[in-house]
Amino acid sequence: MADQNTLSRRGLFMKMGILFNGLVATALAVPIVGFLLSSITRGRANAYLSWVPLGPIKDFPEGETRLATFTNPYMTPTDGKTVETACWVRRVEGEQFQVFAINCAHLGCPVRWFPQSGLFMCPCHGGAYYRDGSRASGPPERGLFEYPYRVQDGMVRIQAGELPTPGSPTASLFGNKPPCGARNELVSIESKLSTTSETNALLGKTKTWA
Amino acid sequence: MGVIGQIGQWFDHRLQLAAPIRDTVEHPVPRNTASWFYVFGSAALTVFLLQLVTGILLALIYVPSASEAWSSLQALNHDVTLGWFIRAMHGWGSNFMVALVLIHMVQVFLFGAYKFPRELTWIVGVFLLLMTLGMAFSGQVLRFDQDAYWGLGIGASIASRVPIAGPIIVKLMLGGPIIAGATLTRFFALHVFVIPGMLIGFVCLHLLMVLKLGINEWPMPGRLVKRATYENEYHQLTRKDGAPFVPYAVWKDLFFAAFILLAVAACAMYLGPFGPTGRPDPTIIQTVPKPDYFFLWLYGLLSYLPPSMETPALLIGPVVVIAFLVLLPFLSGEGEKSWRRRPIAVLTVLLIAIILGTLTHLAGYTPWSPHMNAWSGDPVPDNFLHGSTALQRQGALVFQAKQCRNCHSLGEGGGQRGPALDSVAVRLNQDQLIRQVIQGGGNMPAYGKNLSPAETTALVAFLETLHPAGQTPARDAALDDAQEKSTSAR
Repeated sequence: MADQNTLSRRGLFMKMGILFNGLVATALAVPIVGFLLSSITRGRANAYLSWVPLGPIKDFPEGETRLATFTNPYMTPTDGKTVETACWVRRVEGEQFQVFAINCAHLGCPVRWFPQSGLFMCPCHGGAYYRDGSRASGPPERGLFEYPYRVQDGMVRIQAGELPTPGSPTASLFGNKPPCGARNELVSIESKLSTTSETNALLGKTKTWA
Repeated sequence: MGVIGQIGQWFDHRLQLAAPIRDTVEHPVPRNTASWFYVFGSAALTVFLLQLVTGILLALIYVPSASEAWSSLQALNHDVTLGWFIRAMHGWGSNFMVALVLIHMVQVFLFGAYKFPRELTWIVGVFLLLMTLGMAFSGQVLRFDQDAYWGLGIGASIASRVPIAGPIIVKLMLGGPIIAGATLTRFFALHVFVIPGMLIGFVCLHLLMVLKLGINEWPMPGRLVKRATYENEYHQLTRKDGAPFVPYAVWKDLFFAAFILLAVAACAMYLGPFGPTGRPDPTIIQTVPKPDYFFLWLYGLLSYLPPSMETPALLIGPVVVIAFLVLLPFLSGEGEKSWRRRPIAVLTVLLIAIILGTLTHLAGYTPWSPHMNAWSGDPVPDNFLHGSTALQRQGALVFQAKQCRNCHSLGEGGGQRGPALDSVAVRLNQDQLIRQVIQGGGNMPAYGKNLSPAETTALVAFLETLHPAGQTPARDAALDDAQEKSTSAR
């Protein structure tokens, strides 16, 4: 029996073999992990977001909220219909808009606009929002998500490309989270997003976030 | 020796499996475990095998592409001979498997089978349950329809609430920034390769431990499990009062497994396949997404949790539940096994069953959701308008046009989200009605900006008529008192 402190020739070879396999595994892990994480890293510098057209401004009458659809700017050949996305466009007046995500701020179901009662309602868990997107009642903790918009050459464009979810960095910058106790004050964020320059300033923040 | 015997020997000389198989088949089990209570595990395994077979058959036709999946499911349902039946078997098999795994788990819990020395068998079983649920959810995604699409959105919204890592987890889960082709393919990989592979491995481990440690004996009240003596006692029991597993106990497993397969086939035949519902086109927003049966309780729970509690409950709840299940055999690894002497265990199972059952039942008719298809032309029933004034009738029109019945019922129809209004005038007086309509509150939106003063006046005038005949409406007692004083002072 070999002394505990000595290392046999075969023992050394076995250990070297294990070490060699470890090195190869580590080297192979780099591309494997890189492949697995590719869906995150691609979005590092807001690569998924871009400005997409919703339609000419004349399609959106003042004071009304209309459904619009756009094609997601990032797509793959097998996406089919899933790249088509809907959103609610509210033209407040002139070139002042609010563009709401279709996804409820609670768990993402598609909200519907009821012009008669002036509410957005969600079919899943009963979230309701006022016409300016602020929370009216139900389980959502905040108002509807809003897309940054701009009007250029008579065309309404929004910056889109990511599914809005309660935790996404863009969602916390845009859209309105009513302050505590102010639920009935119809808090509006129009002032927050009134000018394109302010919108772009906020966008600058999203870039540093990721 | 015949030719067959010789061929058998030729194989066994090389495989050397005959002896271990004979040992397994003939291993003695306590006589009283040959019971109809001990058949759920083997039935779950049988349904799992059925799922493997039907799953492979479906994969012959199914196309895991966001643009083709829905059409390939339609082809399975309508074009491919008996495609509908294989889909139905797989769908119903999934429901049966979740149900059997849960029943098996309850039986194991109530019979104290998770106690020493079978702790690891239980823990592996907990992971098997999680994998079964993972299969159920990912399977629902592969049925790529509107429910699958919006279900993924719900999953992403929940995942996004994880602090800091949320957005990263969402992109990993969806395979990109939105629910699209890459989302379906990764759920396909999970459902077809990753989770089944793990399930097969864990099932083998689970079975191996059942064989090595022996099936749990029928629990006798007062016969306590002690680490020092249990294994000896168990061996004595199997020696004194044991019987070979085959055929003594196995026939009940065989009968029940066949019965379950027949039940799955009967459900598939008479009730047909699940969906697919509408095409997964996110621009079609006239949809009411709902999860499959075994996730309905979660759907209900998410409607009832207060908003501020939801994120902590969603993120911490599962961790606590899984940790509790994994730690259970260490928290009570010894002692009483019989459910007759474990009232808290029995009550816990009953309480959980009642909670899950109630939430599932509620999710069946979603009283928390507004009636999305109640439209403004839905008139107020005639019997609420007999003998009403012009103003009250105007109010009834406002009531109709502002879609109050999306959330409130009146007479037979209307939503159940808000209280029924048939006798609202008994509960609220004029001032309270005005305040409630204008300011909302108590989960009702404020309508102040959406109603003119004239509309509010008319609406409240109508609401004040809503009280049962012979019952006086609510009034402001303080106001009455003041009026009385002013008249008596005069």
